[in-house]
Amino acid sequence: MRKRKNIEEKFFKSLSGLTTYSLIGILLFIIAVVFYKGFNALSFEMIFKPPEGGYYYGGEGGVLNAIAGSVYIAFGATLIAVFIGIPAALFINIYLNRMKKVQNLFRYLLDALWGIPSIVYGAFGFTLMLFMGLNASLLAGIITVSILITPIVVRTFDDVLCNIPKGLIEASFALGSTKTETAFKILIKQGFSGFITALLLSFGRGIGDAASVLFTAGYTDLIPRNLDEPAATLPLAIFFQLSSPIPVVRERAYAAATVLTIIILSISLVARYISGRNTFSNIK
Amino acid sequence: MYQEVCDNIENLVVEPKVKREEPTTVLKISNLNVNLPNHPILKNINLEVQENKITVLLGPSGCGKTTLLKSINRLTSLTPELKVTGKILIEGEDVLNGRTNIPELRQKMGLLSQRPFPLPFSIYKNIAYGLKLKGVRDKNLIEYNVEKRLREVGLWNEVKDRLNTPASSLSIGQQQRLCLARGLAVKPKIILADEPTSALDPTSSKTIECLLKELKKHYTIILVTHVLRQAVRLADHVVFMYYGEIIEQGEPQELFKHPKTEKLRNYLIDGN
Repeated sequence: MRKRKNIEEKFFKSLSGLTTYSLIGILLFIIAVVFYKGFNALSFEMIFKPPEGGYYYGGEGGVLNAIAGSVYIAFGATLIAVFIGIPAALFINIYLNRMKKVQNLFRYLLDALWGIPSIVYGAFGFTLMLFMGLNASLLAGIITVSILITPIVVRTFDDVLCNIPKGLIEASFALGSTKTETAFKILIKQGFSGFITALLLSFGRGIGDAASVLFTAGYTDLIPRNLDEPAATLPLAIFFQLSSPIPVVRERAYAAATVLTIIILSISLVARYISGRNTFSNIK
Repeated sequence: MYQEVCDNIENLVVEPKVKREEPTTVLKISNLNVNLPNHPILKNINLEVQENKITVLLGPSGCGKTTLLKSINRLTSLTPELKVTGKILIEGEDVLNGRTNIPELRQKMGLLSQRPFPLPFSIYKNIAYGLKLKGVRDKNLIEYNVEKRLREVGLWNEVKDRLNTPASSLSIGQQQRLCLARGLAVKPKIILADEPTSALDPTSSKTIECLLKELKKHYTIILVTHVLRQAVRLADHVVFMYYGEIIEQGEPQELFKHPKTEKLRNYLIDGN
């Protein structure tokens, strides 16, 4: 009996270990391949210059236009998503608490929104853009991406709020806080790490998504100077360059991918640092 | 110097207590019923709580003590399934009346829960929070109050050098005292203590018990417990509850020596 349990124990330990290590292995492998191929083409010019004449045939220049466009769109969209998403998550948790059915329905709908493929958002954004009389522009890109990532912000933050101990909420009410004070003074502070996670997830999704910006943000070799101008994005830069028949240009696609990966990794490091500093005072 | 001034001002604002021979009723509960759908939790509760006394709600777990406590400061409204009917009067104001300003009402009561839940701030801000809710903006007054409350619960000497560290860095016993101090900062009439020592070690429990004894000079205390010895040590008035009903109540000596009902007798036997 004991022997059988030992074997069982060892089997599941190695099985779960194997899956975990291979998962991490694959991730590292992807990053390694992108970096290895990317660093060859990566140069000062690639990062700090927009495309110049004949760039897409192997000419001079870089992808600064796409870096700038991507960062603008992701930041803009995350900002909108936070301003819509955080109050929405608080509302679902605090004010809809008396209506469990509505609360569950909302959560279900938001989960469904999370699962919709981004090309659908792209198509929707395109319709919305035409309806509003906009051209393919930075603004249209930001709006579409914000629609894509708002459900992520809401549900991620909502999950964090659900896990806040009930006793803390009761303590806050017992001290005489109103619902609003509890939401904005206590819950946001207690759920700050979750707030950062929500921000990070949505930013990552926003900066990495190609389909939603394909029709809405357009593509240009210039760095957008205002919201009406079209904006290039890194995922599209990768897409266009990778589909080129010229080997030098294909190499550059990996350089763009490297830049995108580095942006996401560094944002996530900063976010972890901030949330780590702020969770210290949290109660468990 | 500043402290003296503040004390004087407080004496001017808060009228000094006149010693009265007759006990004053602070809280009066009549015909309180609390129901879940298809399941009664509290049945026809009638209770009067006297000023500056420790009223102990005693009974086995799950008999509705906590629910009774939560009905008093209307934390029951956080659970929408609960139906609360009846009357709870605190200083003549009906708690269950829909028009009552609940946050204001809750500031008349300080809650001490089974486990400490410090707010996710520093020690200082934990106590300042309630004051800020009341609209106190004067930094000196807040500082004075923080010190006063921390002294009141005997925490000042332990934390005076680290007021800006997170409250969660305190030990659990200290956290519980901090939560008590936090509740006292809003100057409540009543302290609602819901098994405040159940998560604490014996030393910390004893500290809390001594504090409650001390605090009853200025506050009225309702203490929920299932520990018989604690009830014997602290109670001025004991209310024995069993499955949502008040079975017996009275002076502790009388009640514990001559229990009138079979249920209390059994409980006392099990408890000893």
